[in-house]
Amino acid sequence: MSDTLTPVLTDNWDTERAWTLASYEERGGYAALDKAFAMAPDDVINAVKESGLRGRGGAGFPTGMKWGFIPQDNPKPKYLVVNADESEPGTCKDIPLMMASPHTLVEGVIVSSYAIRANTAFIYVRGEVLHVIRRLQRAVQEAYLAGHLGKNIHGSGYDLDLIVHAGAGAYICGEETALLEGLEGRRGQPRLRPPFPAVAGLYASPTVINNVESIASVPSIIVNGPSWFAGMGTEKSNGYGIFSLSGHVSTPGQYEAPLGITLRELIDLAGGMREGHELKFWTPGGSSTPLLTPEHLDVPLDFESVGAAGSMLGTRALQLFDETTCVVRAVLRWTEFYKHESCGKCTPCREGTWWLVQTLAKLEKGEGSEADLDLLLDQCDNILGRSFCALGDGATSPISSSIQHFRDEYLAHLTHGGCPFDPAASTAFSPVGAEA
Amino acid sequence: MTTTDKAPDKVDTDLVTLTIDGVQVSVPKDTLVIRAAEQVGVQIPRFCDHPLLDPVGACRQCLVDIPDAGNGRGFPKPQASCTLPVAEGMVVNTQATSEVADKAQQGVMEFLLVNHPLDCPVCDKGGECPLQNQAMSNGRGESRFAEGGGIKRTFPKPINISAQVLLDRERCVLCARCTRFSEQIAGDPFIALAERGALQQVAIYEREPYESYFSGNAIQICPVGALTSADYRFRSRPFDLVSTPGVAEHDACGAAIRVDHRRGKVMRRLAGNDAAVNEEWISDKDRFAFRYATTEDRITYPQVRETLPTGERGELRPASWPEAFAVAARGLRAAGAGAVLTGGRVTAEDAYAYAKFARVALDTNDVDFRARPHSAEEASFLASQVALSGGVTYDDLEAAPVVVLLGLEPEDEAATIFLRLRKAAKRGRTQVVSVAPFTSRGLRKMQGRLVATAPGAEVEAIGSLKDAEHGVTKDAVILVGERLAGTHGALSAAVELARTTGARLAWVPRRAGDRGAVEAGALPNLLPGGRPVTEASARVDVAAAWGVDQVPAKVGRDGNAIVAALAKGDLGGVVVGGVDPDDTGDPAAFRAALDAAGFVVSLELRETDVTRAADVVLPVAPVTDKAGTFVTWDARTRAFDAVFTNPASLPDLRILAGIADELGRPLGFRTVSEVRGEMQALGPWDGARAELDAGKAPRAAKAPKGEHPMALATWKQLVDLGAMQDGEEHLRATARTPVARLSRASYDAVLASSDTSLDGAGEQQLVTVTGDRGSLTLPAVVADLPDDVVWVPTRSVGRGVLAELASPGSPVTVKGASR
Repeated sequence: MSDTLTPVLTDNWDTERAWTLASYEERGGYAALDKAFAMAPDDVINAVKESGLRGRGGAGFPTGMKWGFIPQDNPKPKYLVVNADESEPGTCKDIPLMMASPHTLVEGVIVSSYAIRANTAFIYVRGEVLHVIRRLQRAVQEAYLAGHLGKNIHGSGYDLDLIVHAGAGAYICGEETALLEGLEGRRGQPRLRPPFPAVAGLYASPTVINNVESIASVPSIIVNGPSWFAGMGTEKSNGYGIFSLSGHVSTPGQYEAPLGITLRELIDLAGGMREGHELKFWTPGGSSTPLLTPEHLDVPLDFESVGAAGSMLGTRALQLFDETTCVVRAVLRWTEFYKHESCGKCTPCREGTWWLVQTLAKLEKGEGSEADLDLLLDQCDNILGRSFCALGDGATSPISSSIQHFRDEYLAHLTHGGCPFDPAASTAFSPVGAEA
Repeated sequence: MTTTDKAPDKVDTDLVTLTIDGVQVSVPKDTLVIRAAEQVGVQIPRFCDHPLLDPVGACRQCLVDIPDAGNGRGFPKPQASCTLPVAEGMVVNTQATSEVADKAQQGVMEFLLVNHPLDCPVCDKGGECPLQNQAMSNGRGESRFAEGGGIKRTFPKPINISAQVLLDRERCVLCARCTRFSEQIAGDPFIALAERGALQQVAIYEREPYESYFSGNAIQICPVGALTSADYRFRSRPFDLVSTPGVAEHDACGAAIRVDHRRGKVMRRLAGNDAAVNEEWISDKDRFAFRYATTEDRITYPQVRETLPTGERGELRPASWPEAFAVAARGLRAAGAGAVLTGGRVTAEDAYAYAKFARVALDTNDVDFRARPHSAEEASFLASQVALSGGVTYDDLEAAPVVVLLGLEPEDEAATIFLRLRKAAKRGRTQVVSVAPFTSRGLRKMQGRLVATAPGAEVEAIGSLKDAEHGVTKDAVILVGERLAGTHGALSAAVELARTTGARLAWVPRRAGDRGAVEAGALPNLLPGGRPVTEASARVDVAAAWGVDQVPAKVGRDGNAIVAALAKGDLGGVVVGGVDPDDTGDPAAFRAALDAAGFVVSLELRETDVTRAADVVLPVAPVTDKAGTFVTWDARTRAFDAVFTNPASLPDLRILAGIADELGRPLGFRTVSEVRGEMQALGPWDGARAELDAGKAPRAAKAPKGEHPMALATWKQLVDLGAMQDGEEHLRATARTPVARLSRASYDAVLASSDTSLDGAGEQQLVTVTGDRGSLTLPAVVADLPDDVVWVPTRSVGRGVLAELASPGSPVTVKGASR
């Protein structure tokens, strides 16, 4: 059903100066505020629970349930922190959203903060995207001036301060506890859990950390009602989501659709694969999700189905690679990223990625032996589930999944004495129809 | 279930029962799995875990399999046992029974060795290295990384992170024990991890050097050879060393140490484990300062002074022991009335020998161990409040809601107490209140509250502590430092505070032998066992035990009076054991007294101004060459054995016995164990205690004319120019820079009245402090002192404040100075 695009978050992106308050309000923006303020905070939480919204940052934890974990009898202040440190290779949904329509996020922050009774909220945005930071800062300023933020918002008696915090360029700070460390001014390294952030997060106070897209989805739930949201998607994966198509596809970009759409449908929407080529492998949700192959084209893209296919829905960052791509080369590049971004706190991730890169590099050059594949798998086995945070696990996904699906291609490097692919053929500037 | 009213926080903890490797064990709630496993005899390998540091879970070496977390469900992945608390019904399978756990541990070990250099043969840690040992027990013999031609991360070999501590970054496994120790225990977070991934490394901040009094502990707990000391690097191999337990001799805390030696030479000292005293930590002074006993000026044979044909005093010449004993006895007999002065460094057994020597051999109570400024009030305080007292322990410091510090700066003067108080304060249960001139770094680290007090104003300040706001109740502990004796009435005020509030009081001297000397009777008003000289029955007790007709009945002269009497000629002979003239209340007067004395017998380790003035010099054994006992501030007897057998090195008590024999008044012992037996037999005094008598106030020192006087506040810093740190250049280099501290207003006033101005941006203003004994020029630092008070460190410049500036508390002038 390739006509099932459901533009909600992306709906206003094509309007003139969509990032301005005037443009946003003209299309009914900030309508969720009064509706939410008319409800009790717990009712807002319940509405989000009923909607079935699950975290859009990758893990898919039910958002309303997360909010419910905040101990409201704790006398300390409560905080909402928006994780806008989007750094996963291939993932590119939050940055465009904040770029095109920052007010969608700001509105979501206000409603969500009201629900969890936070009077201070933070948006931790990736430091490299300066243009986005500026748009966010301007949007927050406009919201203050319009009375959407600050004291006694819309006469409701509810106060909220929103702070845009720029990160300092570390992949690890997308991990929620490392993000909190960074926000507190320390080195970004993950914290020991328990205590969980809901109990002792930012400044040892109850804290909700949500992804940009999760928070940005909240106003639509309040305005249209939870059943509207729950009516979309599949049984356990409700609602819509932004699917970011990149790579060897005719029209890469953001496709907002109900969860459960298939890659085949999405590729159709995107005008098919690069002309003259066919899909070879793809990631369903960024480089940390095990890669899939064309046989998975009809897997519904929801949390359960992708999980059953041996991968994870993740951030719905669909990186599509056609047959010109050397999987070993792609995996090595990703692994170099993980080595570079390993925070160094725990041994498996720090030392494991250092070693993985060397083993993979050797294989790419056609050196080594078939036994190195088993060595790679054993290294991955020693990292997966042994590292301090999930980022170490993520580093093993491309390697183990690529060996599972493309073992022969690894071996071809050994018999060929190097990479059998022409690296130019996979580039965007290669002549149409170039052969491997 | 028994609880005592003394420690209300020590109730029986709930026990949790779990199964580890098939063995059921019950451990207190909140115990970590890694330590519960130790209870069933399973050692799970670990690097970042340390029982006295907060769990971090960084190295992942201690992974275990948890098939049942106590709720019927297991963990899908191996868990770090160093961060996981036990749960009722939990099932844990370690590497001993679980292939999953064993493989996980082998995997982590292999990763740890990926970037670790194979330089064990030249590494100081080799042979006692947790990484080496656990790589053998829980790792594979051959490296798959090396087989595959892997390239290790390299760094230039060691860099100094302080004058004492060297960092070899290649060897570091990034367990963060050192950085966590520095932050959590010592409170000196001047090292931190920087960079990321495999390039992560321990780093310093160039503008805040790693100047910590406890840095050696970080070296000791380093599980690899990444941290080494400049002192010990490349000196010996662990398997060549012999270890002997000992007791630190640098302060009155009694920290347990381990002396590692080889072929008659101490190679290094490490912290010993004693949960009741120093836990596992010692100060850098206790660790690194031991070469004082082997410096070139160590005296190795007895010497007697020649008499020239003209009758004048000649040079010292070597003598045999029998001759030296005979000459000393003859000289003392000829000199007439004699006295005994000992330093605070002697063991309790030696102090007892000095005390007995004075009474039996010299027939006098003129004996005093206080080689420092002291007063008659203090002697009375020691006799009435300190001797035979006890009961306040380190654990009590942790349990007390309020700990009051009077004339005591624990970080400098009692490092083990400092660490305990910091631990207690960090837990939020203990408030430290300090009567001191300013908020020191140590007080800040203990989150303490300052009752800012100018020297001389302590009595009023102590009186004000009765106010409810300070919370001094019957559960509080009052720690009285020896410096409080410097202000007349302050010790009495402290006792009064304890009496009215019900708080318990303990005296914390600076030196290891001080408390033992009190108990041993090395005081003019006390006989051994806390017996007052003035009590006839006490004297009879002692005389009977010693087999003498009587002991002198008159209270003797204290140190100051002995010095005065020697100068005046009232005393002729003096026996001096381990006194540095520059530590005494008036160094010039002390030297003059030695010159004036008819006969000086010096028992010393090394050449000093005393040995140079002495008629007989008798070398004594350092603590490594003799057994002994130090009595700590909390009345703990810390006995230690000799590290070396050195027949030429005699303890003080043996030498005193030799002289007494020659005097025809034998002491009745020759060995340490005989003295111990005698002290035991004599036992403590069970009669009435002396009353505290503050006595008359001394005359106040006069201010220099025409000047605006400031009161001089001072104490000794932990690392300074003290003689027992001689020979330790690396340790000395970590000393804090000596400065003069002033209040903002005083600083501005000093600058306004001087024609000096700052030499340039970033340069610290120098000031010259002038007293009646000289002047010192130091950089000035503004602190929260009361106005018109200046603080300088006692022994960090030249010959020190007492010799070259003024008496503590006395008026001095401060002027700006240019560089």
